[in-house]
Amino acid sequence: MELFEQLLQYTLSGLSTGAIYALIGLGFAIIYNSTSIINFAQGEFVMLGGMLTLFFHITLGLYLPLAVVLAVVVATAVGALFERLAISPLKDAEPIILVIITIGGSILIRGVAMLLWGKDTHALPMFSGNEPIILMGAAMMPQNLWIFGITLIIITANRFFFHHSISGKAMRACSVNRIASRLVGIDVKRMMLFSFVISSAMGAAAGIIIAPLTMTSYDVGVMLGLKGFCAAIIGGMSGGMGTVAGGLIVGVLESLGAGLISSGYKDAIAFIILLIILFIRPQGLFGKGEAERV
Amino acid sequence: MKFLEGSMKQELAKFFVFAAAVFTAPVFFKGGYIVNVLVFVGIYTILAVALNLLLGLAGQISLGQAAFFGLGAYISGVLTATHAANPWVAMVIAAIAVGIIAFVLGFPILKLKGHYLAMATLGMGIIVYIIFNETVDITGGPSGLSGIPNLSICGIIFNTDMKNYYLVWSFAMATILLSVNLSASRIGRALRALHDSEVAARILGVNVRLLKVQIFTISGIFSALAGSLYAHTVQFISPASFGFNVSIELLTMVIIGGLGSIYGSFLGAAILTLLPELFRTFQDYDIVVYGIVLIVITMFMPGGLVRGVPLLARFLLAKVKSGLPSEKRV
Amino acid sequence: MLRIEDMTKIFGGLTALQGVSFSISAGEITGIIGPNGAGKTTLFNIVTGIYDPTSGKVYYDGKDITGFPPEKLARLGMVRTFQGIELFGQMTVLENVMVGLHTRSQSGIIASALKLPAHLREERHIRERAISWLEFAGIAELAHLKAANLPFGKGRLLEIARAMAIEPRIILLDEPAAGLNSRETSDLALLITRIKDSGITVALVEHDMELVMEICSRIVVLNLGHKLAEGTPRQIQEDEQVITAYLGEG
Repeated sequence: MELFEQLLQYTLSGLSTGAIYALIGLGFAIIYNSTSIINFAQGEFVMLGGMLTLFFHITLGLYLPLAVVLAVVVATAVGALFERLAISPLKDAEPIILVIITIGGSILIRGVAMLLWGKDTHALPMFSGNEPIILMGAAMMPQNLWIFGITLIIITANRFFFHHSISGKAMRACSVNRIASRLVGIDVKRMMLFSFVISSAMGAAAGIIIAPLTMTSYDVGVMLGLKGFCAAIIGGMSGGMGTVAGGLIVGVLESLGAGLISSGYKDAIAFIILLIILFIRPQGLFGKGEAERV
Repeated sequence: MKFLEGSMKQELAKFFVFAAAVFTAPVFFKGGYIVNVLVFVGIYTILAVALNLLLGLAGQISLGQAAFFGLGAYISGVLTATHAANPWVAMVIAAIAVGIIAFVLGFPILKLKGHYLAMATLGMGIIVYIIFNETVDITGGPSGLSGIPNLSICGIIFNTDMKNYYLVWSFAMATILLSVNLSASRIGRALRALHDSEVAARILGVNVRLLKVQIFTISGIFSALAGSLYAHTVQFISPASFGFNVSIELLTMVIIGGLGSIYGSFLGAAILTLLPELFRTFQDYDIVVYGIVLIVITMFMPGGLVRGVPLLARFLLAKVKSGLPSEKRV
Repeated sequence: MLRIEDMTKIFGGLTALQGVSFSISAGEITGIIGPNGAGKTTLFNIVTGIYDPTSGKVYYDGKDITGFPPEKLARLGMVRTFQGIELFGQMTVLENVMVGLHTRSQSGIIASALKLPAHLREERHIRERAISWLEFAGIAELAHLKAANLPFGKGRLLEIARAMAIEPRIILLDEPAAGLNSRETSDLALLITRIKDSGITVALVEHDMELVMEICSRIVVLNLGHKLAEGTPRQIQEDEQVITAYLGEG
């Protein structure tokens, strides 16, 4: 393949995984903006999306769209349960405590998944067949179109919710000033629960649409979660277009790096980007705000 | 003045009692299989204490300790197995090299706090793990590195469980003593101060940035030593022993024992190393158990077992004494 | 001793300070007052190295210390207390003051880890000095309580004892009387006067007018980021602009 076609190929597949990272990153940002917590378990909801769909569709033999819906519902329920049992009682604790709790939650979820479904990797069937589409010399699977389409829908819905609906604006208020929000009658606890619900649903959806392309197993959550976090950081935790851009940047750089330099170091690329951003510009490329010295 | 001597005497007494127990244990267990497990308890104790200095004392979370552990093991392993270097010299080189890496990385990493620091250290740990896997020519990649020689002093080769037990635990006891001393000193106070209020510590002249990097470096050096010891006792290492899971295990050990409690770290290391051995059939469940333990202990017993168990015991004892019907009040 | 020159600080859209200049003379108690939002704490934060100014300079003994970090200022003899006391909550009262002696001691990591004799001697010395500072502040009997468990008034005294332990040449107190009842406030006044009498320069941000008028020899008034007036207590009390700015305030 010519260099141009190669680059296009890598870029396209990078945009695809980047879209997933963007969705996961938005999940991080949503929870962070409502609760100031970084949910280390975010990646596990992505994993649950794929694994649960597999379970419902293959093991239980349900119709694929039904399996997808059920998977999202169950994953969301897990997220809500996690928030109610482990996060809410401790919302005023030191950040370190919350970091540890969410880490505990992530390994718990991963462990249960391993016990239920074993350590094998599985493939989810493609949503609309295996015929690749050729675009200017680069091949794209229909699944990629599903990914772009669904991601676009979710991001738009997200934006609409947070900027044009009362609940969404209430959640944004919580992130800015919790006490003031309570004073104006916003139920902060419900908003926190809501944020977990939305994030786990989004995470699960992300996991489902990528699963046909990249296989899924009980431990995909860790890497995906971290890369999604990277997207969130680049976007300055704003939960907006910056996060989406962040995800796409990580995805494309990773894909180009893996293709042009070395595939073994593929995962390392995202983390090197993460470290560089954290070291040089922790407020993100698109974030605003002064970094105070205190 | 008397108070100072008193509390110091207390610490020293505690240490000697513990040391006595450690050194007589193998005899008590008649040198059985458990001595082999206790060697690993020793190694993980060193690692847990190292993390505790960072997390419990200074309040800096690190999810990448396995990286230093692995670097110590691989540097020792490669220098001795591939280049036939003297194991003790290799150990010193590994410690110094990891110390330098930790010191240099420490400055940018420790500018971060809370979640961001956790993620950065996690990222660091994973990058190092990937490097172990990919530099196949040096490390042997996923298949690992074998043929690592045992350590030896004056003709005594440390090639049995008993001998390795004493070797590893000598290092562990030294680590514990140094850490206990450090904790109850001007430096220890400065670390606890910056844990509680960084700004107040700075206002009082504590060079917070430098101190954080220094403790990160010490923690790294201790972890590297543990890695070297691991390499020479097991004689075979692979990247799997130095992955993200190990960093999480270490975190769990420190939490179980109690943040800031050096002996607690030993307890945590012992529990998490011994339990899987005792409940062989439940080995697959261990990851679920870690998750539950982390959550439950963090929620209900923030001081870890070291503080929680005596409190719980006192609570139950009071209940028994008063003979009242039990009323759950958490 | 301390000179603030043309200090300006802008936070995004908010101008907290604009062209503020004044001096603090050695060995005196200088009060900085003004309605809420006047920029007093911001000024303290800039002087003590916690914020960088947008423009302007701070001189200490004639030397430009603008932008020096807090730990460097501590070694030059400058210390401060905080409006919402920043104690080391998990450490005992005594240990809090012992941290204050950090710059007056030097055992490093190696000496501490090995418990060398010099380190042990120094520890004893630190402990003794710490106890005497607790006595100075009148809270010696609380030495072994956890700092987080202290009642608010005692916590304030602890913060001051801890700050004194670095043997400063100038101490900046940020609203030390906030949250204190009248008896505690008069005890505080005595303590601050004793501090001044021992040769230390004091700068005080306060809202409690009685306290300010009683112990300060000089007062600077800020309002909405500008310096409104400067002078002796009597002059300030009679200044028209000050009275207007405070209309409606106690």
